[in-house]
Amino acid sequence: MRQPLREENDAVWGGRNPTFKSNEQKVWLERTVEKGWTAPEWPVKYGGGGLSKSEGKILREEMKALSARPPLMSFGVWMLGPALLKYGTEAQKQTHLPPITRGEIRWAQGYSEPNSGSDLASLMTRCELHGDHYLINGQKIWTSYGHKADWIFVLVRTDFEAAKHDGISLVLVDMAQPGVTTRPIKLLSGMSHFCETFFDDARCKVDNVVGDLNRGWTVAKYLLTHEREMIGGSAIGRAAMRPLSEIVTQQVGLNELGVLSDLVLRTDVVRTEIDSLAFLWTTERVADEAKAGQGVGAMSAMLKYSGTELNKRRYELMMYSAGHDALTLGHEANLARDWLRTKGNSIEGGTSEIQLNIIAKRILGLPSA
Amino acid sequence: MAMVLSDEQKILRDTARTFLQTSAPIDQLRRLRDEASADGFDRKTWESVVEMGWTGVLVPEDHGGVGMGHVAAGVIAEEMGRTLMASPYLSTAVMGATAVVGYGSASQCNKWLPPLAAGSLNVAVAVDEGRSHSPASISTTAQPTERGFRISGSKFFVADGHVADLILVSARSAGGPNDTNGISLFLVPSAASGIEIQRQTMVDSRNSATVRLEGVEVDAETLLGEAGAGYSALEHVLDAGRACLAAEMSGSAQQCLAQTVDYITTRQQFGQPIGSFQALQHRAAHLFAEIEIGRSAVIRALQALDAASDDRSLIVSVAKSKVGWVAQLAAQEAIQMHGGIGMTDELNIGFFLKRVRVAEALYGDTNFHADKFARLRNY
Repeated sequence: MRQPLREENDAVWGGRNPTFKSNEQKVWLERTVEKGWTAPEWPVKYGGGGLSKSEGKILREEMKALSARPPLMSFGVWMLGPALLKYGTEAQKQTHLPPITRGEIRWAQGYSEPNSGSDLASLMTRCELHGDHYLINGQKIWTSYGHKADWIFVLVRTDFEAAKHDGISLVLVDMAQPGVTTRPIKLLSGMSHFCETFFDDARCKVDNVVGDLNRGWTVAKYLLTHEREMIGGSAIGRAAMRPLSEIVTQQVGLNELGVLSDLVLRTDVVRTEIDSLAFLWTTERVADEAKAGQGVGAMSAMLKYSGTELNKRRYELMMYSAGHDALTLGHEANLARDWLRTKGNSIEGGTSEIQLNIIAKRILGLPSA
Repeated sequence: MAMVLSDEQKILRDTARTFLQTSAPIDQLRRLRDEASADGFDRKTWESVVEMGWTGVLVPEDHGGVGMGHVAAGVIAEEMGRTLMASPYLSTAVMGATAVVGYGSASQCNKWLPPLAAGSLNVAVAVDEGRSHSPASISTTAQPTERGFRISGSKFFVADGHVADLILVSARSAGGPNDTNGISLFLVPSAASGIEIQRQTMVDSRNSATVRLEGVEVDAETLLGEAGAGYSALEHVLDAGRACLAAEMSGSAQQCLAQTVDYITTRQQFGQPIGSFQALQHRAAHLFAEIEIGRSAVIRALQALDAASDDRSLIVSVAKSKVGWVAQLAAQEAIQMHGGIGMTDELNIGFFLKRVRVAEALYGDTNFHADKFARLRNY
């Protein structure tokens, strides 16, 4: 467990039907769960570690120093949890947070729809009261690991007369019911992380609305901030793992002067490494500023934009560096698939262009058209 | 170390910002240029700077300074970058002080630091000899004599050279043309016989000079550190200057963006502010992201200097390279987004473009530091 994640099934996602590649993975999860370290900064009563932000940072640094793998990958921990802690009722927290920290329930995110991508607030999935429960009808798309998830947090329309931002609610839906079906979407990389998720009279209890009814957009935006941080941060997390120059030097080699043989590639690699380091320090600075109460909320948009664009650059250069080897599927197949996968980084969780809109409006205060 | 300013540093920043915006706004640089000022900086403003203790920012208290460190020095430089104040701050208070504090003997410290902190001694750093920065390429010679050394050679692009009282000169006392061994540093009074200083008119309207040394006789007491082993000290002094130049350029870039955002918010075309158009919003937002990334590199570099980190050179090169690039982008984007008025001398944005060009080149441009970074990472 003291080696970085190398491939898809190195990661543990938990859920009702968890899969472990090795017994070590299982033990590592169980031991961290005992300490509450799958969600170190959540309150102990909800299964967290009860650590302060500074203690959480120390734990992350120590884990990093040990090259310890994350014990659990979880949209519940990264996205839903923070939103429930801020907007959920006490009952919702008690019901949903502990199973998240124990890796027992795997969550999916139901946000985008076929006709509501960047314009998310135009979403049309209907949620209507039917006796003592809601009935949900509609379609979601780009549901990450939807086919493997147990529950889903879904943005739905609950007021059809109100202005588009004012009739939205966030509801929690158990996917183990006949009204919910999923279909994986094959991506450029040949892999299928994303699904279409269909709701046909799917049922949801009335106490599974997070925050006030029709005020779900506020919750949704808060949750998106965490998603942006997750994507921006994970992109650079990978980049920080092994310096690009080390990979490139190994493949391309040095000339008699001790510099990279491909001088044009060298220039691109240097610039990307410099940008990566400065970006990595920016993630640290933004975290430090947030801790000191000097943070700008919309900075996650900047991190998401720069982190994902940088990750695409890194993979383009790795493709140049690997040359013909990278073009054969099977041989070096992981690199080609990873490279193809990065193309989604600047689209999922809000496109780069949407992040630039957010920076322009919320940070720079530029006027709307 | 947390990448945020301490309370003391925040107060310094706020004081500096208020002072510079009232006492040394960019119009001061315009006036110095238009009047072809002999000094190239405003003596009266400089006196106030001295009174506030900024010349002693890196000088320990027991030598008359305030010893606040490199992060504080960078905070001042960043604010100076916002208003483009012309002054010998970088060469004297940052590089001169780093040299003497770090490598001076007790008697050199006693002799030079009190007047430096008190503002009565200006220092210039004479290092480059060719068309671009290359600190090990030194053909200026230092030959041992009975009482000390005889120095001969030519130095170009010497910031504040013609207003300096003391010049830090790198010279070769041994070794071949590009050897890092055999380099010695000297603190040479500018009034010494055989020194000829010629001021150059620079694109940024700031001070720079050519310094020629023809058989300049100096005594042994002018040698800074050990003979022939001055290269690492020189690199340290240069890194201190580079980090503060990066801080200055970061301030300039932030100012360019702020003025541009103001302008496109008020300028109307097609019946609406041009800042409502996505084409301009995205350019401004991209620039914002780049500036933020540059700011992180600056604070990291200044902290590395304060902590005497092993990675100092690598981190400083990241900062100088990244911010050099970002600041040029900022100035160029600012001009473009200002449209017609952006082409004129009347708008002050042009001063930023010109200063950033020079600051970027000083002590190693973006490419120099990118190459240095790669070499430090063994490729």
